[in-house]
Amino acid sequence: MVTSEKSLAPAPVTATAAPAAQAPRRRRLSASAPTLTFIGRRLLSSAIVLLGATFIVYMLLAYALDPLEDLYASSAPNKEQLIEARIRLLDLDTPPVIRYFKWLAGVLGYLIGRGTLGESWVTGQQVTDLLASAIPSTVQLVGGATVIAVALGITVGIASALRQYTGFDYSVTFMSFVLYSLPSFWVAVLLKLWGAIGFNDFLADPTMSTTTIVLLAILSGLVWQVLVGGDLRRRLVTFGMSALASGLVLWGVLASGWLLDPSLGMAGIAVLGIAAAVGLTAMTTGLQNRRALFSSLTVVAIGVALWFPLKYVFVIDGFNGLWVLGLGVVAVGVGLLVGRLYGGPDYGQSMRNAAITAFVVAGLIYVDRVMDVWKPYTNSSYINGRPIATIGSQTPGLNGDYWVETLDRFTHLILPTIALILISFASYTRYSRASLLEVMNQDYIRTARAKGLPERVVTVRHAFRNALIPLATIIPLDIAALFGGAIITERIFSWSGMGSLFIHSLGARDADPIMGYFLVVGTLLVLANIVVDFVYAALDPRIRVNA
Amino acid sequence: MTTPTPISPQQLDGQHHDAVENAIELKEVEGLSQGRIVLRRFLRHRGAMASAAVLLAVVVLASTSIGWGPIPGWWKWAPNDLSPIVNDGGAPTLSFSGGITIGEHPFGQDNIGKDVFALVMRGTQQSLLVMFVIGLLASAIGIALGAFAGFFRGRLDNFLMRFTDMVITIPVIMVGAILGAWVGGASPITLALALAAVTWTSMARLVRGEFLSLREREFVDAARVAGASNGRIMFKHILPNAVGVIIVNATLLMAAAILLETALSYLGFGITYPDVSLGNLINEYQTAFATRPWLFWWPGLFIVTIALSINFIGDGLRDAFDPRQRRIPTRRALARADRRAQRKSGVPAAATAEA
Repeated sequence: MVTSEKSLAPAPVTATAAPAAQAPRRRRLSASAPTLTFIGRRLLSSAIVLLGATFIVYMLLAYALDPLEDLYASSAPNKEQLIEARIRLLDLDTPPVIRYFKWLAGVLGYLIGRGTLGESWVTGQQVTDLLASAIPSTVQLVGGATVIAVALGITVGIASALRQYTGFDYSVTFMSFVLYSLPSFWVAVLLKLWGAIGFNDFLADPTMSTTTIVLLAILSGLVWQVLVGGDLRRRLVTFGMSALASGLVLWGVLASGWLLDPSLGMAGIAVLGIAAAVGLTAMTTGLQNRRALFSSLTVVAIGVALWFPLKYVFVIDGFNGLWVLGLGVVAVGVGLLVGRLYGGPDYGQSMRNAAITAFVVAGLIYVDRVMDVWKPYTNSSYINGRPIATIGSQTPGLNGDYWVETLDRFTHLILPTIALILISFASYTRYSRASLLEVMNQDYIRTARAKGLPERVVTVRHAFRNALIPLATIIPLDIAALFGGAIITERIFSWSGMGSLFIHSLGARDADPIMGYFLVVGTLLVLANIVVDFVYAALDPRIRVNA
Repeated sequence: MTTPTPISPQQLDGQHHDAVENAIELKEVEGLSQGRIVLRRFLRHRGAMASAAVLLAVVVLASTSIGWGPIPGWWKWAPNDLSPIVNDGGAPTLSFSGGITIGEHPFGQDNIGKDVFALVMRGTQQSLLVMFVIGLLASAIGIALGAFAGFFRGRLDNFLMRFTDMVITIPVIMVGAILGAWVGGASPITLALALAAVTWTSMARLVRGEFLSLREREFVDAARVAGASNGRIMFKHILPNAVGVIIVNATLLMAAAILLETALSYLGFGITYPDVSLGNLINEYQTAFATRPWLFWWPGLFIVTIALSINFIGDGLRDAFDPRQRRIPTRRALARADRRAQRKSGVPAAATAEA
């Protein structure tokens, strides 16, 4: 039978024989591991793109920057020799294309362990050293800002989508347009004036007139009633309550001098912790899930009980960031354990909630401890009662224990972080709003509602998760761009990160550090693009990776 | 067993609502061409219309007040005129107490007596010029590359898109700064040309996507059967159908362009002294912020105004071009649409009968 079949149909066999013989290996590979071949192809094409991009940048730099500029203008008697020497130093007689390949050879040398990114001819430092000091400081600055901007942007965007076509939605949309249109350098200078100089002046005499307090209270009431929404009665109640509450809090803060010596204390941690536990449970599992609620509250109780003993741990000699990290991990572990011990049929939810609550409570304890050093910090001779810094990443000469240094870092980080958040947060808001609106119109949301699920479950479990998918494709790109630093913000706040490295080198007509800068940024960007493809394919089953 | 599923009143209401909405939409656009529909939607977009008015006002103010090139303007000072300092420290003479008084120097003066209004107008001219040139040129490059890549596909597409990827990999502000350092101090037009050479990428990708989908449509086959050349199909048949995406993206490109130009001028790699741009004014005067804040306020305000109005116009255009866009009609709009339909046909429309 088999032979007869073969003899009956000889033509197709011979027709397919040629390509089959030509590419049997490739076919087997792509059939058995489509993802692997996909990665391989993407890596190859990305490498080519990166190569082309570095070539473009190198050529641009070669023609844009003239390293001899200062010598032409100089009046030194040995001008000719100086020019000669620099031409020899920088190899300027060689055409730029050949110099590019020399540079590339240095970079590719890393593949065999003997690579070089060149050195800055102005300062003589190795480019790798420059990058090694610039990257951490940029990541510290832009990383924090990106995380906060993403979290805040998604929250606001979701809230705005859930309240579509209300006053809140329109104001958020308008605000995001305004933030889109703000030039970052302008915002940063304004922040320096109001955020630093203004706030520091205010701290010297932290009092407000009663009228200001009332106005601020009314403003907060208006914001809250718009946020909560509902009919007129509910809005009025929300307005009254929130205005009263914020007025009282503001008055209390000012009257007690809290701003000069802030602390949360045991009571503050308890109140905020319970609020976090209840809020989180209400949002994720619903308050009727007693096990989840009680496990979160237990964690808060443990945290409050540990608040005092921990004060002794925090002053151990050699206490540093690693300790903090360790304690944070322990906190999350305790949360997981508590959730597990409460048991029940669905203990995973309790564990997750308790762990998140534990993390929040641990964060509160940490903040409380940092607040403790606020008063000695502001009164120290280095600070002189003006704690919000406008330039640099630390106060020179200040040396204190871990907590003082942490606080010092925070006071330096706060303004550039706000500047960066203001600029990037609008786009996350727009994205998450559009994405949630799109999801809310899907049929499966209607199905979920039709089968009687509470609106909370529909929103959180069915809509929110799917709305995050498109965001997952822009966030890796933003993380990659993060390493490029914020060129303008870093310059205004004199932050010595990647952005400053670029601007300084460009000003000094120093090409090699710029190439090093671009190599880092470009490589990460290209890799992030590959990651995006995979994340999308992993999250959205409708998208398939095919080689 | 076969009783029909009861429809909840809510659902019924929803369906009914949809029907009414569509009826209005149909009534309003009856007998209009696609272009008229888009124009009508755009003109109804209040935010976009207000922004267009503001932008027009800024353009007129900037181009007539201090004149443009050889054409003289009506303002008494030129950007680099030095005049005696009027107010204390050169504070603005513009005041709103007891009616508007404009005075000699409404936006104030700097420390050597230059008129800030004239400076800001000059800066606005330059920034607007750069913005329009970038917008037009970058769009043209993007459209051309995207059209060829999307229409011819295959190897050309592959080559053009890899090239686009290369340019995208380089951060715009970085390549802008390098190009700015290269042509620095040159005329704004040169700067605009340089920046347009790197900002066309998003347009190219979008246009390519549009072309890829539009080239499979029947009207393209029809054109080909009728003997149209490739160029004719691309630019007479496909391009007009992609115009919505292109216009919206070109607007957003311009908003990004003015922010890019001012940022580069601020960093010192764009338009530099003695020429004036809004960014370079802010750079020059930022140290005087505490003592002469008006030197800093006005240029920033003009940047924000221009960028914001362009963003709003872009939003309005997007809504106008988006066929899926559905406005929520108010009761008044419903009534108005009914009346209009009645006047036109003399017969009450279907929706009225239903309501």
